Amino acid sequence: MQRRDFLKTTGTLAAGAMIPMSLVEIAFGKGNEAQNFTFAFISDSHIQQIKGAKFVRNWDKGLERAVAECNLLNPRPDFVMYGGDIAQLGKASEIDHGLELLSASKNELKYMLGEHDYYLDLGEHWSKRLGEHYYSFDHKGVHFVVLNSILTDEKWVNKWSSGEERMGVMAGLDNPQGSPFMVGYKQRQWLAKDLGKVDHDTPVVVFSHSPLQKIYKGWNFWTDDAELIQAILKPFKKVNVIYGHVHQIQYNQIGNITFHSVMATAWPWPYPSTYAKAKQYLPKLTVEMNRADPFFERDATGWQFIDVHSGNIDLSYVLPNNENRVVGFNTKTRRPEDRKYQDVQKPPQKHY
Amino acid sequence: MKVFYHIRKIALVALLLGGAFISLELSADEFTEKELQGWTSEYLTVVKEGRQHFTSPTLGTNSVACAQCHPNAANTHPETYPKFQKQLGKVITIAEMINWCIANPLEGKRLSVDGQKMTSLITYITDERRGVKLDPGKH
Repeated sequence: MQRRDFLKTTGTLAAGAMIPMSLVEIAFGKGNEAQNFTFAFISDSHIQQIKGAKFVRNWDKGLERAVAECNLLNPRPDFVMYGGDIAQLGKASEIDHGLELLSASKNELKYMLGEHDYYLDLGEHWSKRLGEHYYSFDHKGVHFVVLNSILTDEKWVNKWSSGEERMGVMAGLDNPQGSPFMVGYKQRQWLAKDLGKVDHDTPVVVFSHSPLQKIYKGWNFWTDDAELIQAILKPFKKVNVIYGHVHQIQYNQIGNITFHSVMATAWPWPYPSTYAKAKQYLPKLTVEMNRADPFFERDATGWQFIDVHSGNIDLSYVLPNNENRVVGFNTKTRRPEDRKYQDVQKPPQKHY
Repeated sequence: MKVFYHIRKIALVALLLGGAFISLELSADEFTEKELQGWTSEYLTVVKEGRQHFTSPTLGTNSVACAQCHPNAANTHPETYPKFQKQLGKVITIAEMINWCIANPLEGKRLSVDGQKMTSLITYITDERRGVKLDPGKH
């Protein structure tokens, strides 16, 4: 399916090319067209309260725009996945304001937790509004799993004098007093049991907030028990992991597992390679985005159309001030590749 | 130069006789360890102060902090300034770029360019880029 087919009219095409969000199409190849479906993905809005009813305008606008664009999609997505970090400091007022903006969605929403939603009250208000921290569901032949990958060890969680202090530390991406994310033993047991009843030929899509692969520990582009989760996913023929948190394009292939990140609606993050002191492991496969231009506030924020064909997925990134990109599964090389830039040797606008 | 060397050597011997500790590495105008430690400590205090402002929700007015977009001051690339800032249409220093960020994404008041807050921000940002070669004008 061409990207333009998702946009309802020619009138909305121009707007569509500028607005951040993601659409996923699940397809099972020729001969099984009835099963094809799409979903969209919006993530990392970081709604931030200034005072009272005042919220940071820039972050509000990013989310509003994504929701509005999502409403224009044709065909309508079966659902919209929200990838976590609705809030900046986990406040009820921030989560509520974010959900109010999301309520403009004409599509059904499903939610995942991010660390910014969690570390103030350990997800209490989020749960009250949105339910379970981790769950699974089946949709038209695909098994979906939503994980809470932003947990950390109990000792760290309990060492702070208040939830505000704990959230403040975890909200600082580069705060050296932070703690690495993990899915944890209890949830891994649940995952193994949940997948135990799924046929190994069934395509699996796993949503996690943090990458279930290790990229850079200093900024929690990292999940401590990533290898253990990968091992649980190993028996399945087609596994796709889609994650938020990193606010940039990343993709990778580890064995049978294809990894894709999604864009933030709020702001972009630099690649870890731009931090001169960092020891980082950005997947070699990833062709980096250009450096964001701060003079355009939606630059390097965005969303994706995600097309899952034959159980593998293609992501079309819609980037307001950059050229849009498509990272698709190459069935010959068995890995995700940028459709235009993967083999282009021309250097991008460099991060330095 | 030779005369100076000899004076220094005499001074060194005098100091040693006086029981004071000093490095025996021979070079002119050597600083004492104490001096170096003192200056480094002053510098690191300002780096720390800069990091505090860089991560502070009150540097601007809308609670947004520099570090939200620039973890570890990444993508501030102070080594490329002064440079032609194409969006502003002129050559600027890093201080002017910092003030642009404070005035726009942070919706705050521009800092005095020679004030302590600006000095500390530049000090922190530059310290995070330690080891990267100077490349003014680079894009």
